[in-house]
Amino acid sequence: MQRALTLTRSTVGMKALVAVTGLILFGFVIGHLAGNTLLFAGYETFNGYAASLKANPALLWGVRTVLLASVVTHIALTMKLAGRNSSARPTGYKKARQDQITTYAARTMVLSGPLLFAYILFHLAHFTVPGLDLGGEHDVVNVYGNVVRGFRVPWVAGIYIFANILLGLHLFHGAWSALQSLGANHPKYNPLRKRLAVGFALAVAGGNIFIPVAVLTRLVGTDEQVAASDLHPLGAPEPQDPPMPTE
Amino acid sequence: MKLESHAPTGDIEKRWDQHRFEMKLVNPANKRKFDVIVVGTGLAGASAAATLAELGYNIKAFCYQDSPRRAHSIAAQGGINAAKNYQNDGDSVYRLFYDTVKGGDFRSRESNVYRLAQVSVNIIDQAVAQGVPFAREYGGLLDNRSFGGAQVSRTFYARGQTGQQLLLGAYSALSKMIAANKVKMYSRHEMLDLIVEDNRARGIVVRNLDTGKVEAHTADAVCLCTGGYGNVFYLSTNAKGCNVTASWRAHKKGALFANPCFTQIHPTCIPPSGDYQSKLTLMSESLRNDGRVWVPKDPSNAEKKPSSIPESERDYYLERIYPSFGNLVPRDIASRAAKKMCDEGKGVGPYVGDKRRGVYLDFADAIKREGEPRIMEKYGNLFEMYERITGDDPCETPMRIYPATHYTMGGVWVDYNLMSTIDGLFVLGEANFSDHGANRLGASALMQGLADGYFVIPYTMGNYLARAGNNPMKEESAPVKSTVKDVETRIQGMIDKGAKGTHTPDHFHRRLGHIMYDKCGMSRNEAGLKEGLEEVRNLREEFHDKVKILGSGGELNSMLEKAGRVSDFLELAELMHVDALDRDESCGAHFREEHVREDGEAKRDDENYAYVAAWEFTGVGEKPKLHKEELDFEYVKLTQRSYK
Amino acid sequence: MSDINLKLHVWRQESRGATGKFEDYSKYAEGISTHASFLEMLDVVNERLAEDGIRPIVFDHDCREGICGSCGAVINGVPHGPQKLTTTCQLHMRQFKNGDEIWVEPFRAGAFPIIKDLMVDRGKFDTIIQAGGFISIRTGSAPDANEIPVPKEVSDGAFDAATCIGCGACVAACPNASASLFLSAKIAHLNLLPQGQPERYKRTRQMVSAHDEAGFGGCTNHKECEAACPKGISTDWIAKMNRDMLIATITGKDGKFA
Ligand SMILES: Cc1cc2nc3c(=O)[nH]c(=O)nc-3n(C[C@H](O)[C@H](O)[C@H](O)COP(=O)(O)OP(=O)(O)OC[C@H]3O[C@@H](n4cnc5c(N)ncnc54)[C@H](O)[C@@H]3O)c2cc1C
Ligand code: HEM
Ligand code: HEM
Ligand code: SF4
Ligand code: F3S
Ligand code: FES
Repeated sequence: MQRALTLTRSTVGMKALVAVTGLILFGFVIGHLAGNTLLFAGYETFNGYAASLKANPALLWGVRTVLLASVVTHIALTMKLAGRNSSARPTGYKKARQDQITTYAARTMVLSGPLLFAYILFHLAHFTVPGLDLGGEHDVVNVYGNVVRGFRVPWVAGIYIFANILLGLHLFHGAWSALQSLGANHPKYNPLRKRLAVGFALAVAGGNIFIPVAVLTRLVGTDEQVAASDLHPLGAPEPQDPPMPTE
Repeated sequence: MKLESHAPTGDIEKRWDQHRFEMKLVNPANKRKFDVIVVGTGLAGASAAATLAELGYNIKAFCYQDSPRRAHSIAAQGGINAAKNYQNDGDSVYRLFYDTVKGGDFRSRESNVYRLAQVSVNIIDQAVAQGVPFAREYGGLLDNRSFGGAQVSRTFYARGQTGQQLLLGAYSALSKMIAANKVKMYSRHEMLDLIVEDNRARGIVVRNLDTGKVEAHTADAVCLCTGGYGNVFYLSTNAKGCNVTASWRAHKKGALFANPCFTQIHPTCIPPSGDYQSKLTLMSESLRNDGRVWVPKDPSNAEKKPSSIPESERDYYLERIYPSFGNLVPRDIASRAAKKMCDEGKGVGPYVGDKRRGVYLDFADAIKREGEPRIMEKYGNLFEMYERITGDDPCETPMRIYPATHYTMGGVWVDYNLMSTIDGLFVLGEANFSDHGANRLGASALMQGLADGYFVIPYTMGNYLARAGNNPMKEESAPVKSTVKDVETRIQGMIDKGAKGTHTPDHFHRRLGHIMYDKCGMSRNEAGLKEGLEEVRNLREEFHDKVKILGSGGELNSMLEKAGRVSDFLELAELMHVDALDRDESCGAHFREEHVREDGEAKRDDENYAYVAAWEFTGVGEKPKLHKEELDFEYVKLTQRSYK
Repeated sequence: MSDINLKLHVWRQESRGATGKFEDYSKYAEGISTHASFLEMLDVVNERLAEDGIRPIVFDHDCREGICGSCGAVINGVPHGPQKLTTTCQLHMRQFKNGDEIWVEPFRAGAFPIIKDLMVDRGKFDTIIQAGGFISIRTGSAPDANEIPVPKEVSDGAFDAATCIGCGACVAACPNASASLFLSAKIAHLNLLPQGQPERYKRTRQMVSAHDEAGFGGCTNHKECEAACPKGISTDWIAKMNRDMLIATITGKDGKFA
């Protein structure tokens, strides 16, 4: 551990920590996406999944701690490196330097990163902070309903779509870059390395964007489904007697 | 002054061992009391500075580039010889010795050459241990090739960048000693004078090229490793900054200058394309293994597309005149033949000055025979370089080549210990005259530079210091002050006059180059040399009258730097003419048209000229004084070479 | 042979820290032969400037063969100019057309202060090498050269890395002014070879520290360096350096066997 801390003493070490934390966040995003696709399996499954996560506080808080530590480290180090890098050329070119092969994604990492952070704050507020209740009153158990109602608000869906484009960009460079930063390199697999990373970035961003799009187009979360989920978030109980009119 | 070579006698194989045993040693604890200055960080200088520092001496090293790693040695392409006999093809120390003496056309000192061949094997060991990535075979062992027409494969190489890799090795050793505080490195400092007291070298005066500040540095001994003077020809394969200033200043302070007229011309360079030409680029000699040299028989075909000229209209002149060696005749012969063709008006390519300067080197037959991929594999990087410079693809249209000055065998006279006629002034590498006689074999310059620096100077320096004792000169003593003053006065004089000048230093340098190529170049004759001498003298006077220098001495001033170097070249040029006139024979690269055998070859005169011509400076424009070091050949029999 | 006229703008700066500016030298850049090299074009311009009593443009150069690494300027926003795998001295004017606008300015990086005009101080590269870019072997103590066989692929790889000419274009091109390409090539050359193993991790740690202390930026994998490098040095060496550096830092190893 002590030695690992000395990593922060060199640009190479810091970048490796950025990569490790970036990959952890990447891993979470993939897992999160996998979980979120359950939305298409119906409200019962999705809400059941959400409930099962909360049923295990040790795991939940363990994951949350790792994520929080990763985000903090990731941000702190990227900002430190970015500061260092911009001061490495105190006087810039008077006639702009022409980029040859670097990508838009690579050049905008310091932008896409902080914007992602802002998005995460918004996202947390959206789902976990009580009272914001975008798109209608939130129900802690009916996460399905919350998601669908939220995404039915066009500007909310818009933010999600935009943020996930950013995420795609961030990962387009980040996923490959992390491997390079960690020295995972072999002449034979280097071309593969880049293609794999790009594939993952596209999959994650695409998958995430598909959800609000699907909600807006009613591919998922039709009015009936939402209504049903409100009634029985975790699925209708075994039919016993026909429900009695309540009036 | 009597020239003492201090070369040992006796059995040649034991001379160096015996000599090493007889030399005095400096007590290890005392070494750190001695300061040694090393000027130049090429192969000779970097290896010397690193090795002397490892032994414990305090070193100050100087170079004019911004980093020691950029010394001109970096540009050497072909390779480095060593008598390792890894190929089991009959090589030996004795054979390398023999080939070098013979290749030098019997104008070098046997003892030195034998020592060079002996230590050649250690150089390869040292370089490999430093991490120099020489070419290897699939089994993991070192590869060799035959170079420059040698009968054995004794050349070690690192693709076409052998000099670069060897220099990076020496530079890494130097860097380690800089980090260890045993070497203080002064980059972008140019040596402008030598501090001498009672014929003993006490230090140097340098100019900080960035600030213009003139500084003195004192030491117990000085090593000049400042390279060759090929740039006296203006156009050469040397780096633009290569100069004779350090050697020339030492010469003016009493060091004899030996065999200045021995300059080597390399046959396969890319021809000049116009008056703006600033240097000539060497193409590896290996190209002649597969390329065929020709010119159109009829000069009126010079503008025609070469491939459209039928075989019957081409003159493959090397194959015609030298049927057995053909395109692989030695450098000097190939060069002279090309110049002759162009002088006769048979050259190709654009007119530069009054004639076309170029002959074809054609790969069409080789491509037909072996296929383009195979040829590209062998010469791909050279073809690319050629295309980058000329815009022509050698696979499509034949290369054009022309000879250019490449190496200078002459230099400051040194004895067997590499010490000049000034005590404590050692001269290493291309800057000295020592081992190559009248002609250098390919791949032997790198060998000599590293031999001098790694394996000779560490011993002979100790011997000198042990005898001379440790009594450093104070920076404020009279000789130091007066030398600094001289330099400052000279600079100020140039600046004052230069403000009113009319032509740039380059203008004069270019004109000097024309005279040198015409009158004191690949072939020389008495009348031409006398004319040349006159022209150089006139040019020198005109230069001092009219050279234009803008700016001041107290700042980075590229015109001032250049003017100082040209001024020294002008004086050297005179000496080269004098030496070429004195040497009334042909030998090696020195070809006097009056001395030709019936078969057109150089005719040596061993009876009268088997000596080293060491010249003493007597004043600018004065006739220098000749001292002769007679050469004895006990081991290698004097023979005339023949390549027919 | 054809001649072209150029709209030439060159950065002029009197000394370290002075403010500089672009000067328009178009009237001195007429009738330039397309066979001339870029530096020969500057020579011609300089000669004409001097005739007009204007101090010649200062630029670093020596071999003019693309091997010493002295030359280098940013030409129209690209270090060493438009031709790939080509140093400034080897760039030829046939790459330009009549009437082309050309802007020439020095390499810019905090660690490369400008000395004058186009000349910068790259001394920090030497500092990096001094920190560990060597194999400690005293002269005379080497074993026979063929004692340690080196597989050809390893030797060729080391050579590829070792061809770096130390020109600094990678730093000039990098958006972060990082010298990672130079640094990693130097480390890889020695770390690949069997001779370099004993000091492998110590070397890596010390050289990376020297690089950071010199004020170069860190690498964020833009690969601009590789695109500008006249010797085609690959950014794969950067990954290799990162690996060695991480092993060195995490395990605290100084030598391979430590
Ligand atoms: C294109 C080319 C290819 C070659 N190929 C081969 C080859 O394949 N094999 C081979 O054996 N030889 C070859 N040679 C010859 C060989 O490269 C040189 O002879 C040799 O490298 C000279 O080394 P050196 O150390 O003596 O001098 P250099 O390497 O020339 O070093 C001179 C040093 O002195 C310094 N210096 C000079 N003047 C001053 C001054 N006034 N003040 C301060 N410092 C000064 C310079 O800064 C430099 O550091 C080639 C030469 C050329 C031009
Ligand atoms: C879902 C969240 C995130 C993921 C999955 C992620 C992933 C990554 C990855 C894999 C890298 C590459 C590391 C490397 O090259 O070594 C990276 C780099 C970076 N990240 Fe993130 N990141 C996330 C969030 C953030 C946030 C919130 C910020 C900023 C506030 C940020 C800023 C950066 C920066 C500046 C870099 C350096 C980019 C570069 O190489 O130029 N990232 N990220
Ligand atoms: C469109 C796609 C997304 C959907 C539908 C979605 C949905 C959700 C939901 C429903 C929750 C709350 C779960 C609960 O309250 O129990 C949640 C939590 C969270 N989401 Fe997302 N999310 C999406 C994209 C993202 C992205 C791209 C990121 C990161 C960059 C992200 C990061 C998080 C985090 C950090 C949490 C909090 C986890 C916790 O409470 O520990 N989400 N997400
Ligand atoms: S890596 Fe390339 S660009 Fe960088 S210094 Fe070396 S040769 Fe120049
Ligand atoms: S351009 Fe710079 S960011 Fe890295 S890959 Fe090259 S050093
Ligand atoms: S001048 Fe040597 S590389 Fe350009």
